[in-house]
Amino acid sequence: MVLDLVPIWTALLALAVFYYVVFDGFDLGVGVLYGLVRTEVDRRTVMNSIAPVWDGNETWLVFGGLGLLVAFPLAFAIIIPAVYFPILIMLLALVFRGVAFEFRFKEGALRSFWDRAFCAGAILATFAQGVVLGTFIQGFKVDGRHFTGTSFDWVSPFPLATGLALIFGYCLLGAGWLVLKTEGDLQHWARRVGIVCLMLVLAAILGVSIWTPMSHGEIAQRWFGWPNIVFLSPVPIITALIAIAEWYALRHQYEFMPFLGAIGLFLMSFIGIAISLWPMIVPYHYTLWQATSSPSTQAFMLIGTLFLLPIILMYTAWSYWVFRGKVSETLGYH
Amino acid sequence: MTLDPVLLSRVQWAWVIAWHILLPAFTVGLASYIAVLEGLYLFTGRQIWFRISGFWTRIFAVSFGMGVVSGIIMPFQFGTNWSRFSDAAGDVISPLLAYEGLMAFFLEASFLGVLLFGRRLVPAWAHFFAALMVAFGTLLSSFWILATNSWMQTPQGYKVVDGRFEPIDWFAIVFSPSFPYRLSHNVTAFYITTAFIVMGVGAWLLRRGRAIDDARMMIRMALNLLIILVPLQMFLGDQHGLNTREYQPAKLAAIEGRYDTAHPTPLTLFGIPDDAAATMRYAIEVPYLGSLILTHSWDGVIKGLKEWPVDQRPPVGPPFFAFRVMVGIAFIMLFMVALGWILRLRGQLWDSDWYLRLCQWVAPLGFVAVIAGWTTTEVGRQPWTVYGLLRTADSVSPSLTGADVVLSLACYVVVYLIMFPTGIAFMVGLVRRGPQEEEFKPEIIESGLPNRPFENAARAASDS
Repeated sequence: MVLDLVPIWTALLALAVFYYVVFDGFDLGVGVLYGLVRTEVDRRTVMNSIAPVWDGNETWLVFGGLGLLVAFPLAFAIIIPAVYFPILIMLLALVFRGVAFEFRFKEGALRSFWDRAFCAGAILATFAQGVVLGTFIQGFKVDGRHFTGTSFDWVSPFPLATGLALIFGYCLLGAGWLVLKTEGDLQHWARRVGIVCLMLVLAAILGVSIWTPMSHGEIAQRWFGWPNIVFLSPVPIITALIAIAEWYALRHQYEFMPFLGAIGLFLMSFIGIAISLWPMIVPYHYTLWQATSSPSTQAFMLIGTLFLLPIILMYTAWSYWVFRGKVSETLGYH
Repeated sequence: MTLDPVLLSRVQWAWVIAWHILLPAFTVGLASYIAVLEGLYLFTGRQIWFRISGFWTRIFAVSFGMGVVSGIIMPFQFGTNWSRFSDAAGDVISPLLAYEGLMAFFLEASFLGVLLFGRRLVPAWAHFFAALMVAFGTLLSSFWILATNSWMQTPQGYKVVDGRFEPIDWFAIVFSPSFPYRLSHNVTAFYITTAFIVMGVGAWLLRRGRAIDDARMMIRMALNLLIILVPLQMFLGDQHGLNTREYQPAKLAAIEGRYDTAHPTPLTLFGIPDDAAATMRYAIEVPYLGSLILTHSWDGVIKGLKEWPVDQRPPVGPPFFAFRVMVGIAFIMLFMVALGWILRLRGQLWDSDWYLRLCQWVAPLGFVAVIAGWTTTEVGRQPWTVYGLLRTADSVSPSLTGADVVLSLACYVVVYLIMFPTGIAFMVGLVRRGPQEEEFKPEIIESGLPNRPFENAARAASDS
């Protein structure tokens, strides 16, 4: 009897994706908001707030991608070609953002170019990730073990809308982060931006929650069928409560709550999508158990993961602890 | 003309990995060099090691950062362009790639920060330890990536179930027959590449009369290493060739430009291969030498490509020429090292401006050799991704059209042509700045005030 490792790998993959979305999400969001910051002093403060952590956050994208390949290679082989161009845009935007970040600190004459590259990279990468999410929910054309659609199937209203929605979402995370890390006028500004983002995010959550069940009968059945509607009703209710708390926190002098509330909204959306699609990993074609790699593969990788992942998480927590507190424009990280 | 997604995907892969491989080729060697310098500083306390280490650590930080950024692209290529390969071989190769990511990130996150920013925050021994761990991390990365590549070249330890490779024996998978040769040949190549860069930079500094002690030390250290590694690399290359003859004879035939089986086999020094006619035109051959080099006997047999069906032959041109470029560079390097040692033993090294100038010119040759060697082994593996088992044409994502890949390739070309020259220019700028007397906390780099050591010293002291 071989132990079924699929649930463990599902949990690990979900953790990696959620971690990536929240953590690179907030620094991408900060990157998007960076384009709206006016003074050079504030810009430097904003930049310094993510300087020590952004590259570590980005690495989780690799964990997510490789985790999918390790645990569910069939899903990797179908999903990634289907989002060929969003992935391309995301990767190049992230490359540009990373390089811009480094060169921005060092180059004199080209600083405004790298400034723009940093902001544009964050916008494009976020949009592309939202498109990937939308395409994933929308489903793929599959024949046997191959994706059989075109490389432009993602150019349709739903994925493009989720691309836009994710920009608002990451901006909300970014605004929450800036409230946490800054003071005075800049913090006040972050709160106001946060409120605007919150409204847009709530509209997006509502939109997806209506759109998805309307276009997929099974999902409608899962949410609104009896008795599921009773068991699942806490999901929208808790989401609404978090939204109200987030609004309240942004309006009043809460420092940490806005960021936490934004994470809460992402968590509820994440759970909502998981409920809609469970147990599919290639939506509407392959379940987690159908797309799994061999038990030997999963076991071999699990050993190293269980050993190294806790250390990585502890180290990461420690580095956030080291850089805790408010930042200023003169923080000499670099 | 129709656009072939397979060929274009191969070109795209070649483009992104050729740029990427330059960075590990440099950082693997440099990380070890920095660890050595840090060790010397810790045990002798002499400032010269401290200065040289600080100088190269700044350059290391930039190249490492570019390596990470361009490395994030790589795993996604398996999905975007090679999805059928990912599906078929994912069970076997994915843990090797994932272990690389996990271990590299573990060591990078934990120790790179200490190495780059922790000079004044941790004790000297801890800084040395961090340098050792970063060096160890780069070697581990090489280990896993080359294990993956070696399995694709010489697969074992698997079974085929419904057209997919499933693992049976992980030890056999990781330590496939070509792996020990590939690993040692590559890591040695990386060390040599770095040593020639160090020597070239030292020569540049010396010829401008800057940081003379440091520059001389760099050249001496490079020569010390190279006198061992260059001959060793020639031996390892020879051993790798014997291994290729045993496990990938078609690749060897392509490298040798040999269409007809012959024994004794001559060595083809040069020629123009014609795959369609399966003949080598204008061949310049040395009798017996092929047998001697490749079988270590006078009349050993080398199989020619005609022993394989046409659709199982690699193209001859790229491996044939790339191999000759690589070997040619090896001899230039050997010549340079011998010359350097002769001058050094005669006490004329520092006065030989022409030799120092030569050192500058040959400094980048290691990179050319790495790319050439990689071309030899990868094109020589064709037409397979998993040697003899999975064809390249059957590995590509089925949904891709030629136009899709043209578009993505163009994007990669444009972005890389902005990113890499900028990064290289930045590293050149760091070289021009030269070794600095004082190495303090990184804010100096940002604020651009490297010439105020006392103010910075005071600030650093009050910070700690």
